[in-house]
Amino acid sequence: MEATIATTKANGNSWSGGNNKPLGSSYGKMMMWFFILSDALTFSGFLAAYGLMRFKFIDSWPIADEVFTHFPFLHGLHAPMYYVALMTFILIFSSVTMVLAVDAGHQMKKGKVTFYMFLTIIGGLIFLGSQGWEWKNFIQGSYGAVQLNDGKIIQFVDASGHQVTLESFAASSHSERVQHTKDKGIWFSKEAALPPVSLTQVMEGFKAHPEITIRTEQIDAATKSKIIVPRENAMAYLSEAKAVVKGANLKVNEYGRTLFADFFFFITGFHGFHVLSGVIINIIIFFNVIIGTYERRGHYEMVEKVGLYWHFVDLVWVFVFTFFYLV
Amino acid sequence: MGAHAQEHTSHTKLIWKVFIILSLITIVEVAFGIWKPDFLHLTTMLGTSPLNIIFLVLTLVKAYYITWFFMHMVDEKKNMRRAVVWTGVFLICYLATLLLIEGSYIHDVLGPLTKWNY
Repeated sequence: MEATIATTKANGNSWSGGNNKPLGSSYGKMMMWFFILSDALTFSGFLAAYGLMRFKFIDSWPIADEVFTHFPFLHGLHAPMYYVALMTFILIFSSVTMVLAVDAGHQMKKGKVTFYMFLTIIGGLIFLGSQGWEWKNFIQGSYGAVQLNDGKIIQFVDASGHQVTLESFAASSHSERVQHTKDKGIWFSKEAALPPVSLTQVMEGFKAHPEITIRTEQIDAATKSKIIVPRENAMAYLSEAKAVVKGANLKVNEYGRTLFADFFFFITGFHGFHVLSGVIINIIIFFNVIIGTYERRGHYEMVEKVGLYWHFVDLVWVFVFTFFYLV
Repeated sequence: MGAHAQEHTSHTKLIWKVFIILSLITIVEVAFGIWKPDFLHLTTMLGTSPLNIIFLVLTLVKAYYITWFFMHMVDEKKNMRRAVVWTGVFLICYLATLLLIEGSYIHDVLGPLTKWNY
């Protein structure tokens, strides 16, 4: 019996796992590794579910290059990939400063650890801001679309096959429909933000612009691009139109499948939440370094442990980047 | 890379080397993502396009470098390394395989039923 019971008498520092180091790894580090393993399985569950839905709708999934096309200060320019590549570099670089902090910790150089931890925190904050900007662009949308009664999304293209914004061709309206809000006396109902143009305006504008036609969500397997419907058939689709869609949220998505938006918000949101908690833990450890906690303890293992977590966040981003933007 | 024998020597050189490798891989990925050559993008290999296979392999290489050199997996004991890596790799492969097979089955069944012309 006695042999199986851990007593605090045997070693005074039970909370740090005592002096037993199974597999040559300290208690804290090993537990961090197994936490990371379980977290990796959580993320792969989400990404595998995304894969399931993507394979299910393989012939109508939104094309990432057409969704994420914004870059700061380059308005209206078609710049796919560049922004998310920048985000990847920011996160990789903050991983480098983190591992430099761990390295400086091994050599007990307090000043260097402080400096590199600081850079890591800044990198994390910049990444979070970038992700916020990415979300903002996705939520606001770029071109706008029309949703049919059965939920399908119809986008508008010009003669060259490029997408056009709804505002560029919609007829101007004389009756200004105002959003119902409490302060306008409509206290009994709630209403989502109105789209920039009404369905009637879009329909009238479409009839007045012969150069414009529509495309469906369906992908042509041979060219891997959305199938454009000839103009003479377009009205058959548009007679089914239900609503104007601008941007993306959990219920509707101007780029196509709502599931794409749901998974995007959920997976990048879950990852962003990891980055946020990583930044907060980094800040706590940063101040512990400054007040000399680890100097007194004689080792900087805590920096190593938070470093493991931080690198894991980077590792997850590498996969999110691949599955949402590349493949 | 001895376990803890060289704990007090600096690995700064190795860290920057890994950073350069990771950056190069990312640049290659982004370049391919923008360029998307037809012979890689529109052809099929192993159930997907060769381009997707390239992305997947490059991603796994990146994951290896991050885990091994940034997370210092290389310094852990062999059994520790296997307990974490093999468990993860096995379960993830298992889950992904089943779900992707199931996804394309659902597509085969559901796809023909979806109406695209009005």
